[in-house]
Amino acid sequence: MSIRALWACFLAGFRRWSAYRAATAAGAFTNTMFGLTKASITVAAIGAAGGTLAGYDVRAGATYAWLTQALLGPVYVFHWDELAQRVRTGDIAVDFARPVDLQLSWLAADLGRAAVTVLPRGIPPIVVGALTFGLTGPDEVDAYVLGALSIVLAVSISFLCRFAVNLCAFWLIEIRGALTLYMVVSGVLCGLIIPVHWFPSWLKALANATPFPSTLQTPVDILSGRVTGVEAVGVFVVQIGWLVATLVLGRLVLARGTHRLVVQGG
Amino acid sequence: MADAYRALLGARLRAQTSYRASFALDLLANVGIGLLEFCEIYVIFHNIDVLGGLDWQEALLVFALSNIAFSLADLGFGHLDELPRYLRAGTLDAMLLRPLPLLGQLVTSDISLRRLGRTAIALVVLAYALPTAVADWTPAKLLLVLVTPIAGAAVFAALFVCAAALQFWLVDGGEVANAFTYGGSYVSQYPSSVLHVLLRSFFTFVVPASFVAYLPTLVLLDRSPPTGLPAALGWCAPLAAMAMSVVAAAWWRQGIRHYTGAGG
Repeated sequence: MSIRALWACFLAGFRRWSAYRAATAAGAFTNTMFGLTKASITVAAIGAAGGTLAGYDVRAGATYAWLTQALLGPVYVFHWDELAQRVRTGDIAVDFARPVDLQLSWLAADLGRAAVTVLPRGIPPIVVGALTFGLTGPDEVDAYVLGALSIVLAVSISFLCRFAVNLCAFWLIEIRGALTLYMVVSGVLCGLIIPVHWFPSWLKALANATPFPSTLQTPVDILSGRVTGVEAVGVFVVQIGWLVATLVLGRLVLARGTHRLVVQGG
Repeated sequence: MADAYRALLGARLRAQTSYRASFALDLLANVGIGLLEFCEIYVIFHNIDVLGGLDWQEALLVFALSNIAFSLADLGFGHLDELPRYLRAGTLDAMLLRPLPLLGQLVTSDISLRRLGRTAIALVVLAYALPTAVADWTPAKLLLVLVTPIAGAAVFAALFVCAAALQFWLVDGGEVANAFTYGGSYVSQYPSSVLHVLLRSFFTFVVPASFVAYLPTLVLLDRSPPTGLPAALGWCAPLAAMAMSVVAAAWWRQGIRHYTGAGG
């Protein structure tokens, strides 16, 4: 399979999502409104702890809150059942007939979606956050490059997890409950609502045993300058590990599911 | 007309519970939502003792009242979120032809029993927090505990209707409304004293989220709001619900009047 085919999938995802301008603007508005509340609660908690909480001072806490709001759209922490619906209706058979790898072509399309939404959904919360609370970031340019790469990995891992969960539709007829459960568990463990660093040790251990912190907390940590230098490279390597793991997991589930698939019709 | 609704509702409820495994999983997922919302408060209070003037038990009271109210509203009205889908697909036109009010049809179209899973968690938290947080009980306080979640549910239900009405104009941009429905729910779980005065005023007097849990909780605790508002506002959740309902009804009528069909 050629890189050109995947590039075409990436562009298709990019173009498809660029059509929904109103939806993108609405998403940015909503993320920003939530950001105001989230940053207030985060800052209040840090204030109540005496000015620093698990290494976050007020400015670092606000930066965490606003960066997560900026990234949750591109990373896509929401309900997603497009692939599951294709399994349910049998349309997945069409996808199997295509001369591109199913998993990688969908991944490429999702990266296209993230690429077109990252700036319009990310810049408004960051600007509002900087104006209302004040933000902080790393000093070196390298950290921003690593942060950008980390966002790409985060989007990929998030997609690969959703891909695997959606494929449960091969076994379950009604998959909404499973998807909801996935959304809430990943939502907490990725550090969307409260930083993973604030978790009690048992919950932190649980979170770190999953790929979820790599989908949000890691890029936020790098871009906010919470982790720098060797430590930043370390969390980045962990992300690469989860990328490989979720890629393999998705392929295994796909292979097992394909064996079960019987599509109606001739 | 009541018969028609009874038949519709009965059919929906039977339909949901007939696939037992799916329903059980759905219910479990919603218990999960309740638990994870709880986790949020738990993690915060794992690190600190007081947030916005409330300690752990007192904050749980706010959490529980807010979650009971929101989950009940979500049960009856949350699926109004689906309106843009009907608008795009043109299926709304079929509903407009039937001899029942559109809103009534939409509400009864997908009453979601699974959302009781979240209510259950909130009730457990309320049962734990009430005896420890509230010191001296009076009949008035008991009345407040009973009325507040119902009024709060009405506030969120009205917000859902407002949000749905907005879809007639926005369609693709419908997510804007989430800032006020789900955003209001998020704010109402916390003591609003942590918010900046502008944001706090917005989520008290425009979107009445503070009336749902925080202000009533202060009455239960015999405290005045640290923000200088009169304590009596804690009794005003029903008034907020009524005001919000009037706005929602007017807005909804405007929305339907604006709707011109999907064409064809």
